[in-house]
Amino acid sequence: MIAFISQFSLALATVLALFGAWAGFRAVKGVYTHAPAVPLLIAVQRNVLLVFGLVCVSFLGLIYSFVVSDFSVRNVAENSNLALPVFYKIAASWGSHEGSFLLWVLMFAAWTQAVAWARFEVSACFKVRVLATLQLVLVGFLMYLLLASNPFEYLAPTPLDGRDLNPLLQDIIMIIHPPMLYMGYVGFAVTFAFAVAGLLEGRFDMTWARWSRPWTNVAWAFLTVGIALGSWWAYRELGWGGWWFWDPVENASLMPWLAGTALIHSLAVSEKRGTLRSWTLLLALTTFALSLLGTFLVRSGVLTSVHAFATDPERGVFILALLFLVVGSSYVLYAMKTGEVGQGGDFKATGRESLLLSNNVLMSAALVTVMLGTLYPLVVEVIGARKMSVGQPYFEALFAPILLPAVLLMALGPDSRWRETSLAQYIKPGAVALGVALLVLLGAALINGHFSLLWAAGVVCAVFMAVATLAHAATATRKAGSSVPQSGLLYRMRRLSLSYWGMVLAHLGVAVFVVGVSWVKTFETETDAVLKPGETTEIGPWRVTFIGVDSVQRQNYVAALGVFELTRGDGTLIHLLEPEKRRYQSSEQTMTEAAIHTDLFSDVYISLGDAVQSSTSAGSWGVRLYYKPLINLIWWGGALMALGGLLTVFDRRYRPKKNGQSA
Amino acid sequence: MNKRMSNARAYRAAWLAAIVVVALGFGIALVKVFNENLVFFYTPTQILSGDVPQGEKTYRLGGMVEVGSVQREADSLKVSFVVTDLNNKVPVQFNGILPDLFKEGTGVVADGQWDGTTFVASEVLAKHDEDYMPPGVAQ
Repeated sequence: MIAFISQFSLALATVLALFGAWAGFRAVKGVYTHAPAVPLLIAVQRNVLLVFGLVCVSFLGLIYSFVVSDFSVRNVAENSNLALPVFYKIAASWGSHEGSFLLWVLMFAAWTQAVAWARFEVSACFKVRVLATLQLVLVGFLMYLLLASNPFEYLAPTPLDGRDLNPLLQDIIMIIHPPMLYMGYVGFAVTFAFAVAGLLEGRFDMTWARWSRPWTNVAWAFLTVGIALGSWWAYRELGWGGWWFWDPVENASLMPWLAGTALIHSLAVSEKRGTLRSWTLLLALTTFALSLLGTFLVRSGVLTSVHAFATDPERGVFILALLFLVVGSSYVLYAMKTGEVGQGGDFKATGRESLLLSNNVLMSAALVTVMLGTLYPLVVEVIGARKMSVGQPYFEALFAPILLPAVLLMALGPDSRWRETSLAQYIKPGAVALGVALLVLLGAALINGHFSLLWAAGVVCAVFMAVATLAHAATATRKAGSSVPQSGLLYRMRRLSLSYWGMVLAHLGVAVFVVGVSWVKTFETETDAVLKPGETTEIGPWRVTFIGVDSVQRQNYVAALGVFELTRGDGTLIHLLEPEKRRYQSSEQTMTEAAIHTDLFSDVYISLGDAVQSSTSAGSWGVRLYYKPLINLIWWGGALMALGGLLTVFDRRYRPKKNGQSA
Repeated sequence: MNKRMSNARAYRAAWLAAIVVVALGFGIALVKVFNENLVFFYTPTQILSGDVPQGEKTYRLGGMVEVGSVQREADSLKVSFVVTDLNNKVPVQFNGILPDLFKEGTGVVADGQWDGTTFVASEVLAKHDEDYMPPGVAQ
C-alpha cells in the first residue's frame, strides 16, 4: 500500500513538473515586463513546492518500506534483510541503484524548491525561466525512475527474507557520502538553469553571473565534501590503504569538480569585469553535463562491464539519451545565442583576470587528462578493439605538473588587481612567502632525512601559497579597521567580506591538501608480513606486536578479530589495534575492516589478510601494515575547501535589499 | 599610431605563440605518458596462443579462479591458483595478501607478467563490485 502510494506520488510529480515547465515557458514567451509575471511566478513556485512535496512523500515511502522490511518491493528484497540493523535499513534506501536515483531526484526537487524560496534580485520572468528549465530536466529523470528504474517494483511471490546490503556500504560514511555527492552534482543544475535562462532571454548582464555564484559555490562545496568522504571511505573500508585509485567511479566525480572549480573562478571575472562571459556560460553548461556523465558512468553499469551494459541496455541507454538530450539542446542553444554575448572589459597579462583565466586553463587541462584516461578505454572497448585500462602512473605523472603551477598562481591571486597589476605589487609579498617556504622545506628535509623532488616541489608551492594568502589576509584585516581607531581584531575581520574569507579558507585548504599528498606519496611505508602470535615488527616509528586472533559474533556477521599492540620509543603501550576479517551471514561475503591509529594527522594502519598454515606454530596470520604520515591532511584540506565555499554564500551582498524588488 | 598598432600586434602574436608552445608541449606529454601507461587485458586463451606482444611490460589477466586450485604455502604469503576462461588455464603465482572479493569460482583480475609457464602477479585486484565478471567468462 505504502509502496503504491509512493509510486503514485512519483507519477503525479512527473505530470505536475511537466505541466509547470510547459506553463512557465509558454507564459514568459516574449514577456519582458515585470508586473504581469509576478502572479505567474507565484503559481510556478507553488507548483514547484507541490512537486517537491510529492517526491518527499515517495522517498519517505521508500524508507518506510525498508524499515518495515516490506519484501514485496523488489528493491527492498534485494538490498536489505531482517538481520540488518535499522540504521542501515534506512541507509539501504539509497544504497541500491533505484533508491539512489530516487535520492538524486529528491535532491533535484529540493534544489529547485530552494531556488523558488530564495530571494534574489532577478526579474520574475528570469526566475520563471530558471524554474521551468529545472522542472523540465526533472521530468526526464522522473520518467527514468518510472519507466526504467522503478524503486517500488512489485515482487511476487514475496520472499521471507531479503538478500543483503553490500557489506562495503554498511558504514556510517557511506550513508552520508551519496547524499553529499548528489547535492553537488544536482546543485550544478541550478547554475545550468541560470545559464539556460540567460541564453533564452539573450541578456548577459552581470546579474546572472552575480546570482549564479552562490549556487555554484554551494554545489561545489557539497561536491567537495562528497568526494572527500568517498576517498575517506575507500581508505577506511576497502582495507588496502589507498585514498584515491583513479578508478572511473572516482574520476566520474572529479570531472564535474574540476569544471566547477574553473566555473567558480570564471564567474568571478564575468561578474566583476563582464569579461569571459561566453566561456563562463559554456562552463556552466559543461559542469552540469559532466555531472550527468558522472551519473551515467556510475549508474548505468557501463563500468562494471561494457558487455553487461550491452546485454541489458535499457537503463544505460535511457540515461545516455537523457544526457544527450539535456546537453545537446543546451549546447545548441548556446551556439545560437553566444554571438549576442559580446565582449567585456579589456585586461593585461598582469591583471587578476589573467590569473583567473590561468586557473581555468589549468583546470581544463586536468579535466582533459582525467577524461581521456577514463573514457578512452571505454570507447575502445565499445567499438570492440581491445580491452584495456589506464594505469595510475598516467594520472599521477600529469596531475602534479598541472596542479602545482595552479598552487603557485594562487599565491599571487589576492595581491593582484583587476585589469593590470604592477609587478612590484607581487614581488614584495611573494619574496617573503618564498623565503618562508624554502626555510620550511629545509627544516622538514633536515628532520626527515630523505628527500624527493615531488615532495620538495609540493611543500614549497603549498607553504608559499599559504604564507602569501595569510599575509594578505593579515594586511587586509589591519587596513580594514584603520578608519576606526582601536577597533578589535574581530571587528576588523568582519569588515572584510565573507566571500574574501571563504576564498582564504578554500585556498588554505588546497595548501593543506597538497602538503598531505606530498608527504604521503613520499614517506608512506607498506609491509606485508606473516606474524606469529607474540611476534613484533616495525612500521614507521612504531613497533607492532601481534597478540593473536579471536573469534567474535556480531549482529549480522562473524569476525576474526586480530589484536595488535602499538608501542613507540621506550616501549610503553600506546594503543591496541583490532582489525577484523568479517564474514557477513546473509551474503556470505568477506570484508576486511582495517584498524587505524591516528597520531597528529599520521596513521598506522593494519589489515588482516588470511590465516597462514605453519609447521612450527599455530595462529599465524598474513598481515598488511602501513605507516601513512600526514595522510589526514588530505581530508582536512578538503574540509577547509568546502567550508570556504559555503562561507561565501553568507556574504552580505547576497542578502536582498529591503526596499528593492525581490522576487 | 601605426607603431602602437604593430606593437600591439607583435604582443598578441608573442602571446599566441607562447600559448601554442605550451599547449603542444602539454599535448605531447599527455599522449606520451598515456601510451606508456596503457595496460592491456588478456584472457588465458590469448596468452597461451601467443597473442600477447613480446616486450609488453605489464598486462592484465582476467578470468575465473578455478575451483579447488588455490594453494597457500606454509609460513609465507605465497599463493598459487589457476585462472581459467573455461577453455584454457593459466597458473598464477602471487606473493601478498589477496583482496576480499577473491574467491574460488568467481572472477579475478591480476596485473603481472607471463614468464612462459606461469603468470607472476604483482597485484590481484579487488573490484568495487562483487557482480564483476571478466568478459571472457561472462560471454
